[in-house]
Amino acid sequence: MSIESAPGENWWTRIAHPGQFVAWSRRLVLPLSIATVLLFALGLWFAFFNSPPDYQMGDTVRIMYVHVPTAWLSQFVYGVMAVSAIGTLVWRHPMADVSMKAAAPLGATFTALALYTGALWGRPTWGTFWEWDGRMTSTLVLLLIYLGIIALWRAFDDQLRAARIVAIFTLVGAVNIPIIKFSVDWWATLHQPASVFRLDGPTMPPSILTPLFIMVFAFTFLFLVLHLIGMHTEVRRRRVASLERRLAQKGAA
Amino acid sequence: MKPFAAIIARDVRLALRSGGDWLTLVLFFVMVGIVVPFAIGPDRELLARLSPGIVWIAAFLSSLLGLDRLFRADHEDGTLLLLRAADLPMSLVVLAKVIAHWLLTALPLIAATPLLAVMLAMDMATFLKAVLSLLVGTPALVALGAVGAAVTVTIRRGGLIAPVLILPLAIPVLIFGVGAISTGPGPDQSGTALLLLAAISLIVAALSPLAAALAINSSED
Repeated sequence: MSIESAPGENWWTRIAHPGQFVAWSRRLVLPLSIATVLLFALGLWFAFFNSPPDYQMGDTVRIMYVHVPTAWLSQFVYGVMAVSAIGTLVWRHPMADVSMKAAAPLGATFTALALYTGALWGRPTWGTFWEWDGRMTSTLVLLLIYLGIIALWRAFDDQLRAARIVAIFTLVGAVNIPIIKFSVDWWATLHQPASVFRLDGPTMPPSILTPLFIMVFAFTFLFLVLHLIGMHTEVRRRRVASLERRLAQKGAA
Repeated sequence: MKPFAAIIARDVRLALRSGGDWLTLVLFFVMVGIVVPFAIGPDRELLARLSPGIVWIAAFLSSLLGLDRLFRADHEDGTLLLLRAADLPMSLVVLAKVIAHWLLTALPLIAATPLLAVMLAMDMATFLKAVLSLLVGTPALVALGAVGAAVTVTIRRGGLIAPVLILPLAIPVLIFGVGAISTGPGPDQSGTALLLLAAISLIVAALSPLAAALAINSSED
């Protein structure tokens, strides 16, 4: 019986079994990719041609349509990693390990992009690429934590053992996420406070809010596609490693 | 309580009898303080203004340097495995080792602070605040370091990874540690910073043994 055709009794085993997970989730990649492309096309069209320039910032406001989604993802991806870490620690869920590992480089990339676009935006509007402001500093710390987690994954030879250790560290590092969220309220220095999700409604006009939301969805879908593909790659990489190990044992015997 | 104290006593005795590792760490701490004036010039006023930051950076680097010593030797000779079989829960074992590590690596540094105070042209008030801030803040550094050391204990070259993991998490300790000595221009808020530093220390000291124990238990499986 090949690994793909092993019986899956319910949805839980279908998720937990790496071979079955790849089998059913592979069908999701194409529709999700198409949705991503469409959302990006629509969002970019809105962002470049169908949204007004800001009355103060002019056209530089369009940087926001990349900056806000990547910044949102930098925290969302950590959330995905933290939830996966709980899955690893509590249920020893094999796909949670894989999800955690595949998400780390993506999160690091989105965080770096958020910092980079923020610097590009800060130069014309605040007059500086970088300031030691609460939100920027805490996002930089988030990037360092991501890089540390990637380094930790790479330091282990045995990836199965690594998962539980990395999961513990991921949860320890999660204390930084609320700090980022509330940094703009605690240290009101330079970065503006929350302006979309507020009790008294967003502080932006719909003409800017619409493309922003479409771009947030586009980037989130991009993450989902990349994350799925990354998980598939990781499952195959592990299978190759175990096959190689078996082959080496046979050669030695 | 007896096994808890026994672990502390054992670690301290081992470190004191097996050569002067802890003295090397003090030497490193003092040397960082000595090297900085060469880098920024012997301007006494500038040094006095930078001294809180320099003292904390020196303490920060020294505590990262000593991290690997926390669990590695016990892992390699199998002591950790035996400790897992003890009646004492692993988290308390970690707490005992953290206390011993603090006594061996942080306390000597604090005792060596007067040396740095003289060389960095600190005045008396700043010096006393620096000692207080180090006393309150270093437990947090050591406890955070325990998580880093526990997570990397089975990695052969873990000595390099643990500081990289712990450094970003320890930034708040650094911020409030320096803040408790001097807050720069504006009204003096060093008292508030010291209280926040104490809060961080207590929270980290209470929670990190649990995380470190979990890491040790799952890596020794």
